[in-house]
Parts: sequence; structure tokens; C-alpha cells
Amino acid sequence: MIELDRLTKRYGTTVAVDQLTCTVQPGVVTGFLGPNGAGKSTTMRMMLGLDRPTAGDVRIDGEHYDRLRDPLNHIGALLEAKAVHPGRTAYNHLTVLAQSNGIPQKRVPEVLDLVGLGSVAKKRPKGFSLGMGQRLGIASALLGDPKILMFDEPVNGLDPEGIHWIRNLMKYLASEGKTVFVSSHLMSEMALTAEHLIVIGRGRLLADTSMREFIKENSRSYVRLRTPEPERMRDVLATAGLTPVATEDGALEVDSVESDRLGELAAEHGLVLHELSPQQASLEEAFMQLTAEAVQYHAHGTGKGA
Amino acid sequence: MSTPYAAPQAAPAAPGPHGGVDHRPARPVEQSTHLGHAIASEWTKIRSVRSTIWTLAVMFALVVGIGLLTALALESGPYAELPVLGGGLFGMMLGQLAIITLGVLTVTSEYSTGMIRTTMTVCPKRTRVLTAKAIVFFALTFVMTLAATSLTALIHSAMLEGKPLSPYHDLNVGADPSQAVETATATSQQWLQATVGVSLFVALLGLLSLAVGTLLRSTPGGVTTMLGLVLLPFLISLFLMTESTRELGDALREYSMLNGLSTLYHMPFEFTEDASQVNGWPLLGLLAAVTAAALIAAYARISTRDV
Repeated sequence: MIELDRLTKRYGTTVAVDQLTCTVQPGVVTGFLGPNGAGKSTTMRMMLGLDRPTAGDVRIDGEHYDRLRDPLNHIGALLEAKAVHPGRTAYNHLTVLAQSNGIPQKRVPEVLDLVGLGSVAKKRPKGFSLGMGQRLGIASALLGDPKILMFDEPVNGLDPEGIHWIRNLMKYLASEGKTVFVSSHLMSEMALTAEHLIVIGRGRLLADTSMREFIKENSRSYVRLRTPEPERMRDVLATAGLTPVATEDGALEVDSVESDRLGELAAEHGLVLHELSPQQASLEEAFMQLTAEAVQYHAHGTGKGA
Repeated sequence: MSTPYAAPQAAPAAPGPHGGVDHRPARPVEQSTHLGHAIASEWTKIRSVRSTIWTLAVMFALVVGIGLLTALALESGPYAELPVLGGGLFGMMLGQLAIITLGVLTVTSEYSTGMIRTTMTVCPKRTRVLTAKAIVFFALTFVMTLAATSLTALIHSAMLEGKPLSPYHDLNVGADPSQAVETATATSQQWLQATVGVSLFVALLGLLSLAVGTLLRSTPGGVTTMLGLVLLPFLISLFLMTESTRELGDALREYSMLNGLSTLYHMPFEFTEDASQVNGWPLLGLLAAVTAAALIAAYARISTRDV
């Protein structure tokens, strides 16, 4: 379990993380979501004792990170694939980590095989692909078989096969009862892996909810319909107190109404329907809406310099 | 093909205390780690990168190689022009630069590669990391330098001992070397200072570089600073020869790192009438004090700054 209590980090006048309070529970994959620059990495660095909070507190299993005597046995972290010396072989890299935490040497070849790097154990990471680098990072996170795992943007730059592998790994770890905390700026990715969501924007907590709740609350549902007589359809809908929105391809979108009701309305007035389909806005859209005000770097339109 | 995630293998069944099978998980409940773990880890680190092998090999080759060439050159002359073990200085003047580089790199390569984030995550006790690095680096460079200086000293003593002292030392003797009364020998103090003394000096210099690297977190910055520290006081002193600045110039030269090394080889920059009075230990002590101060600053910095 990871507990954040009014965690705050300021750099000069910039507030990177602002009074963040939340708890990461064991047994589920918790997605840590936010646009780029929202403070996700800074938060994770504070969790690991790399950065000191300006104010507030973060505890791992009730302890401050820097009080853990053998952190690898409590929490494994994939921070960045590049947090290795490119000239030290994968095997030696993991040996270095194992030794400092008193983890038996036999665990090194074990985790290397686990992540599929057994055959390149004696190779230097200099020549590793992005995916292999991620796997090495994950091997070091699993080294102490910890109860808490933390992954910062684990699928960044991975090929589909690697992404698939990491998704399954995270789900597996959570099913083992571990706390899995994974950051991403891609809602669509989180939708596939996370059961719980913590969303931040500009360092502030925007949502701390289950994925199901988040989808229910944030995705707009509407009905899309197409008819050869859109003008008459509009009138019919207006009489029924509904306001359709025309789309570019000539279809109509109607909010907050069941498709059954629209079908009945059309039949009543003898209108031909070519399409009648209930739709849900994508999670990506919901996420964008939620964080719209908190996004630090907007792309201002497309007219200027785009 | 994707690699499926397999559950960690159960620990191989080991006989338990009662002869039965131990069902405890592979991982012990609570490990209490200490400095020894960090030292083992840092030792693996330093021996598993090529820069260590290279810098130490270059140091060794420079010290022994130039030492041998110097001995050959000195041997061909009629007199012993230098203290018997003094010729080791020239190789070590260059060799120390390799140690300085290694000292800086030991810390800064972690910052430039990002490894430092892994290191500090794995061992959140930052002072422990620095202590382990300092111990491992100091021990390794001291042993390697001691090997190089001892070999060089043996070569010099074998080739140069017994040569007549030049008439400069004994003005009563004429130009005929065979008439010389005294021959060149190395006292036990000279031996000690040219081997153990020099090795301590260079290893300390490396430790100072390690501290400077921790403070600056940059390889070029650290190496440049250290080169400046070693070379500048002496170079500046050369420009301070006028009456008004002579005193400052003399002090700079006397306390320069180069004079510290040179004095351990019994060739201080300031000529001393009585060779038996030459003593390299005080300047070695000065370097130790400077290094200690830099390390204290490095501890303060590493404890307070974000990684």
C-alpha cells in the first residue's frame, strides 16, 4: 500500500505536485493518469525518495522510503529504461542491485529468464532495443519479489508484442495480491489494464475512482441516427424536446435519450431510418475533457505555425 | 514471439532445521542491510565497467613504462643525478591524471547515464552509497598504485643503486667518478615514501576527485576542476617571481600538489641542503585534510539535493 498525504513539490514558484492525497491499494492495477507535465514522474520520484517533498508525506507500507533497509524486497520500480550504465552487462547490473539488498545471487538469472533476457545476460545494454531496456528495468523491479510494483510509462516506445507482455504481467502481478501502480498519459492504455484510476492535472488530484465509475461518469452516451429526411427528423425531435446535433457526414447525434425512444418516434411519423445506433464517447475524450483545464501545454489551434 | 510471464519458481526445497523440507519463500522476511552490502555492490560496479580497466591499465603502463625509460636514461650517465627512486616521479605525474579521471567517473558516470536513480532507489541511504564508493575506490586505486610504484622502485634500485653521487654532492671529488666517496643508496624512508607514500597520495587525489565529482555531477566539470587544482598553483607561481609577489609565489609552489608528489620522491621544488631533511609526509597530510573537507561537503550535498 502506498499512502500520499498532502504531498507537495515546488520548484521555485512552479508547483509540480499540489497537495496530493490518495492511497494506492493492493490487489488491483492502479492507473496513474495525467497529461504530460502533470506531475506524475515527480510524484513517483518522491515516492522513491529520489526527490524530497516540499511539504506533505508519502509512505510505503507505513514507512518512509528512506527508512526501508532493503527497499527491493518491498517495492520494485521501473522508472526509466535508461537508468542503467550502458557499459555494464545485464547480469552484472542486476548483481549490483541484488548485492546491495542482500538478495541471493541465484535470483539474478531467475529474473533474467522471467523477462526473457536470459540469452543476452552477458551483453551490454548499450546495444539493447527500447523493449529490451524496459525488460531489464522490469527485471530489476522484480528482483526482490516485492509486494509493491511501480511502473512509469512502461509501454512507451514498445512494439505491440512488448505492450501485450507488459499488460499481462501487470494483471498477473495484481492477481497475486500485489500493489501495482502504473503511470501513463494514454487513457486508452489504462482502460485495458487498470481497475482503479488516479487522475492528476497540474499536480492536483482530479479523480480517484474505479475504472468502471470513471467510464460511467465521464463518457457521454448518445444515439447516432441517419435518415434521408433530416429536416423533418429535426422537427420531430424538437417537438419531443430533443436537440439533435448534425455531424459532418450528415448524421444526427442526440444526447440523453434511449435509442428505443428514437426508433419509436421515427416509426410514429413514418420516417425512414438508415442508422440508429447508441454510442459512447471514447475514454480518451472523457480524459481530455477532465484534464482540459489542467493541461499545461495546449496546442493553440492549428492555424498558426502548425 | 511474446514471452509469457511465468510465476517465480518456488525456492528449491532445502532441508529445514529438522531435516524436513523448508517451505519458507525464497525471500527472507526482513533483510537488514548494512555497509557491507553496499561495498559488495560498489565493488561489482567498479570492476564491471571498461573505464576502470582502461584507466588503471593506462596508469600502470605510464608509471612503470616511463619509470623504466627514466632508469635506462639515468643508468647511462656517469653519476647518479637524482635520488635513486626519484625517477618514478615522471611516470606518476602523468599516471595520476588517469586516477583523477577514474575518481571523477566513479560518481559522474552514474549521473550521466541515469544509473544514479537506480542506485539511490536501491539504497536510499545516500551517505552509505558514498561511503561504499569511497572505500572501494580508495582501496582499489591504492593497491594498484602500490603495485606500480613498488615495481618501478625495484627497477630503479636495481639499476641505479651504487652509482657514484655527482660531484655536486661532494665537491672534494674531482671530475673522475671513480674517485667519488659516496654512492647512491635509497634509505628506508625513501623507499617508504616513494611507494606507500606516493600510493596514498595518488589514491587520496583520486578520492578528492570522487568528492569533486559528487559535488559537480559532471565528468568534464570534475576533471577540469581537478586538473586546475593539480596544475594551476604551480603554473601561477611561475608568474609570481617579482619582488612584491615572490612570497605568494613561493607559497603556491610549496603547497602545490605537484610539489607534494615530488617531495615524496625526495625531490622537493625548493632545494634543501641536507637531503636527509626531505620529508614528504606533511604535504601528504595536507592533501588528506583537503580531501576530508571535500568529502564532508560531498556528504552534505548528496544528502540534501534531489537526485
